[in-house]
Amino acid sequence: MSIMSETRTQTADPRTEALLDVRGVRKVYEGHGRSVEAVRDLTFTVARGELVCVVGPSGAGKTTLLKCIAGLLAPTGGEVVLEGTAVDGPSPGMAVVFQEYGRSLFPWMSVRKNVELPLKQKKLPRARRAELVHQALDAVGLGDVQSAYPWQLSGGMQQRVAIARAIAYEPHILLMDEPFAAVDAQTRADLEDLVRSLWHRLGVTTLFVTHDIDEAVYLGQRVLVLSAAPTVVLDDIAIDLPDERDQLTTRSSARFAELRAQVFAQIQRAKKHHAGADHP
Amino acid sequence: MRIARRVTRAILAALALPAILLTLWWVLTADSESYYLPPLSEILAAVDDVWLHSDRLSADVLPSVLRLFGGFLLAVVIGVALGVAIGSSRRLRAFCEPVLEFLRAIPPPVLVPVLMLVAGIGDTMKVLVIVSGCVWPILLNTVEGVRAVDEVLVETARCYGVRGPSRLWNLVIRSASPQIVAGLRQGLSIGIILMVISEMFAASNGLGFSIIQFQRTFAVTEMWTGILLLGLLGFLLATLMRLFERRALNWYFGLRQAQRGGSR
Repeated sequence: MSIMSETRTQTADPRTEALLDVRGVRKVYEGHGRSVEAVRDLTFTVARGELVCVVGPSGAGKTTLLKCIAGLLAPTGGEVVLEGTAVDGPSPGMAVVFQEYGRSLFPWMSVRKNVELPLKQKKLPRARRAELVHQALDAVGLGDVQSAYPWQLSGGMQQRVAIARAIAYEPHILLMDEPFAAVDAQTRADLEDLVRSLWHRLGVTTLFVTHDIDEAVYLGQRVLVLSAAPTVVLDDIAIDLPDERDQLTTRSSARFAELRAQVFAQIQRAKKHHAGADHP
Repeated sequence: MRIARRVTRAILAALALPAILLTLWWVLTADSESYYLPPLSEILAAVDDVWLHSDRLSADVLPSVLRLFGGFLLAVVIGVALGVAIGSSRRLRAFCEPVLEFLRAIPPPVLVPVLMLVAGIGDTMKVLVIVSGCVWPILLNTVEGVRAVDEVLVETARCYGVRGPSRLWNLVIRSASPQIVAGLRQGLSIGIILMVISEMFAASNGLGFSIIQFQRTFAVTEMWTGILLLGLLGFLLATLMRLFERRALNWYFGLRQAQRGGSR
């Protein structure tokens, strides 16, 4: 079976089958005699095959949320359920693409070895590993730089390597933590289209965290709007833009502007709401 | 062709200063009357008799080098193993740090009489003296290197199930390798010094023993040949170390250069 040959299965109602179920997740950081409530209550589900964006103002505990889902951080309350099993540590069913691409690739390994290392941990046979590495690097357009070191590549290419590593891992859900926050605008547009096309071709369920409203609306089937910390889900907006999207026409359409305004208003409300709560 | 020219130039540049210094030595001592400072020409002429046409290379130099390698390798194993353990655990670090600082402050030569009581006067004692000096820079540098492993890489490894021996090698040791190699380099130069010092007490062979023996029997020219040979040995080992460093840390030099050159 090849990762390229899978096609996205369209379900009639995407909410019928929840792949990821986040139930009342709460996170309180304890330290130095005071506790900070970063996340108050997050409850949402992601259906199999969906592409969901999470957007929130800066400091909204987006990274905290993602780490709780990935099993890198234990929530103070609530639970994260992946395919019916509670998450209590990193699971082979998930792959994460981090924001800091320069720090999440192993600089002492070639591009190929970086993508292959997690597959070795999965104890896949050599031939299968080579096949997956090859396909994944081809899919992100880096088939010809396999023996380069990550630091010999541009920022955008490094993030492509990180994405290749994630899809070669064949996760059931792909978690992306503001992956394009540190690249320039044009590279960013290319990478956004790459995420859309990979999602189309591989059908991998994707949870994409970002602070950029336009990016969230452009990429997602659904956008979850988070409040400022302590975080709750403010709104869950279905993005009814056509499935085929491109940077020019989609972003200039009237519907895009409406959805963008809707998300923007929610985020503004979130900020005001909290400013009010701080000074009653 | 261009590479060949570059290599030739690098070799010439490396040899220029030694050549100048040797020439100075040669000229300044050319008609030296001093008993303690014989002309360099005499010293060089004696090398042949003292070291090459005798069994000293196998009877003195070889045992010294073997003890140095033994001690150094043992120090590497102990230093890296303990360093990884201490660097990985905050609790262990807090527990060990005061003792490490105390032990590190003891000059290894003063341990010689103590080690003699424990390990006798044979090779074991000499190897232990070398270990007792080499291990500190290796250990402390490893601890620092392991502590500085990037948090994002740690999470990446966790997230992709990289654990156990694979994590130790692919994440911890590789990441700390620039500091570990810096420790190895310092450790090696301390090791050479201690190799000589350990042979100055209760020894019956070795390069250090020979030099002391020549000195005590007023064989000054022979003593100078020993000192030259010792310097040459140090230079050879440092060169080997450099070659190893180039190979092992190729990625690190490239990464640093890429960072200095800004984003590409």
